[in-house]
Amino acid sequence: MNIVLYKLQGGSRGHYQLLAGLALMLVLGVSALLYIEHHGHIVTGMNNQFVWGLPDVFSIFLMLSGPGALSVALLASVFGKVEYEPVAPLSGLLAIAMVFTGLMLLMLDLGRPDRASEAMLHFNPKSVLSWNLYLYSGFMGFVAAYLWSLMEPGMRRFTPWAIGLAFAWRIGLTTGTGSIYGFQVARQGFDSAIFAPMYIALSLSYGLAVFVLVLLLACRSNSIALGDALMARLARLQVIFIGVGLYFILIHHMTNYYFTKNRDFELFILFDGGIYTMLFWFGQILLGTLVPLALLLHPRIAQMRARMVASVVLVVLGAFAQLYVTILGGQAQPLPLFPGRQVSSSFYDGIVNSYTPSLPEWGLGLLGLGLLGLIVTLALRLIAFLPQRLDDAALQKHLAKQALAAS
Amino acid sequence: MKRQNLTPSDAADTPSSRRGFLAVAAAGMTGILLAPGVRLIEIAQAAAAGDAVSAGASSKVRWGMLIDSTKCSAGCTDCVTACNTENGLSGGTLPTDSQWIRKIEIKEVRSGRTQSFPMMCQHCAEPPCVDVCPTGASFKRADGIVLVDRHRCIGCRYCLMACPYKARSFVHEPLTHQKPDVPRGMGTAEACNLCVYRVDRGEQPACVAACAAAGHAAILFGDLNDPASEIAQRVASYPTRQIRENLNLDTGVRYIGI
Repeated sequence: MNIVLYKLQGGSRGHYQLLAGLALMLVLGVSALLYIEHHGHIVTGMNNQFVWGLPDVFSIFLMLSGPGALSVALLASVFGKVEYEPVAPLSGLLAIAMVFTGLMLLMLDLGRPDRASEAMLHFNPKSVLSWNLYLYSGFMGFVAAYLWSLMEPGMRRFTPWAIGLAFAWRIGLTTGTGSIYGFQVARQGFDSAIFAPMYIALSLSYGLAVFVLVLLLACRSNSIALGDALMARLARLQVIFIGVGLYFILIHHMTNYYFTKNRDFELFILFDGGIYTMLFWFGQILLGTLVPLALLLHPRIAQMRARMVASVVLVVLGAFAQLYVTILGGQAQPLPLFPGRQVSSSFYDGIVNSYTPSLPEWGLGLLGLGLLGLIVTLALRLIAFLPQRLDDAALQKHLAKQALAAS
Repeated sequence: MKRQNLTPSDAADTPSSRRGFLAVAAAGMTGILLAPGVRLIEIAQAAAAGDAVSAGASSKVRWGMLIDSTKCSAGCTDCVTACNTENGLSGGTLPTDSQWIRKIEIKEVRSGRTQSFPMMCQHCAEPPCVDVCPTGASFKRADGIVLVDRHRCIGCRYCLMACPYKARSFVHEPLTHQKPDVPRGMGTAEACNLCVYRVDRGEQPACVAACAAAGHAAILFGDLNDPASEIAQRVASYPTRQIRENLNLDTGVRYIGI
């Protein structure tokens, strides 16, 4: 890669407003964290029926989006799509920042976060969470090595190794994230091998959406020219990723509906699940999938930045809807202890459970997003991650230079 | 030290008194250094002697329960009360309260036939809670009792998600008035431990004793591996069921009549 990267200029009023906003999110988030730590999970909406709640939705969103954001770097450095090279470093930065904040949220939602090191000192080969802790740290390490190799001329020869390992780790990591749910025999909403490839597909879409959003914001606030050619390529890529994700979602729900043993659960999610049904159809499918596809497939997308922004924002909102439906919806339905019989007990067997996230849980989510924003903002300010120009002419010049170098 | 100020007699006494002081100090230091070690050896020996008495967990034994739903009375919750008392549980039934054992009522939709029986950790031979635990806090003893090490549990709640019987609870708030035999902790997972300390003393779990005291004797406790035990003989003679048998977890708790 022969691109000169620059640090973003701070000092503007907007820059300080952004930092102040992020600081406020962090203050609220840390307050929520301390409140939960002091009182216990009793102050959250989680209970013995809804074991994992809103903080896990935020955490898994970041865990999926991080590796997904690396797609741009993979296209540039593994699949030889040189047109993505100028923005590959930003892709790596987002990948590390999101996996780090996702992992942090996962740890902070523990009942005993002070003992988190126990998980690093002990390895249970049958526990997907055990694998994941190594997969997350390995991923961050390989992507960091990749970024170093891009930025340090003497390290360039290691770029293929670093990105190759990051690529393999990225597949493993999201396989692990999906398998947290896939490897659960107890619940009808999970217990399926499709979670691993489905989450890889969804992570491509979610990660690219976050990447495009950050790229647009960074370029706009720093007057970096962003050409239509790059935008059109990213839009096409987003369309493909949304399509692949939708395919897996369809297969997952069709399979669940086909299996009689899971049909009651599927009917619950699709038709009778209240908030889950609404979020599935209107949040995940309509707003998070079909509307972005329509906006991005519009023939004049290249000239329509607003449509691009709207599309990726909708994809992100759809991602939250999907994770809420999957994680919370999967716990709302009672366990099938005695199929075909009515079950009741003092422990809420046999009934659909209800969950309302509490303010401290939203606070934890804000903490994750605030920290992500702060890491990315400061990194872009302190380390050179973006080129000064990304307009069509600059991209054409880069392509020509690469073609010349290749010949 | 101001050696130059010593008188001749002082100087003559000094070596011997210094030697004496050093000897006493050395003896004292030796004692201080060795005493804890000696004490530790005593404790270790005492613990070893205690272990010999309790014999520890053996893989030759497979503790289990046989619950006869035909003997279980629908309105009776003596087993639940006994468990709560034994383990220091509040007995509350809020969604955030721990319930190690609960009475389940099931009703055949077509025939309207109802049954009632207790449900608790099924002490699986292949426990999903142990499989998913990232720290090894969830573990199975050699004799089949599934336990949680409260000192290693990080509160990830993966075991609560993975348990097919909804047998585990998470401690959501600070605890008071704990029982010495049953340490619990806010932010950790917990479940029926089959009254392991009672079993190690040769006693029956509290729920079993309470059910017998109420005159139902619906819960039979014993060694499934011992062909001479009553539980093994009844499992061999009567059709028994494991809940969610299709998961092939080989539960230690079996049922009759459901």
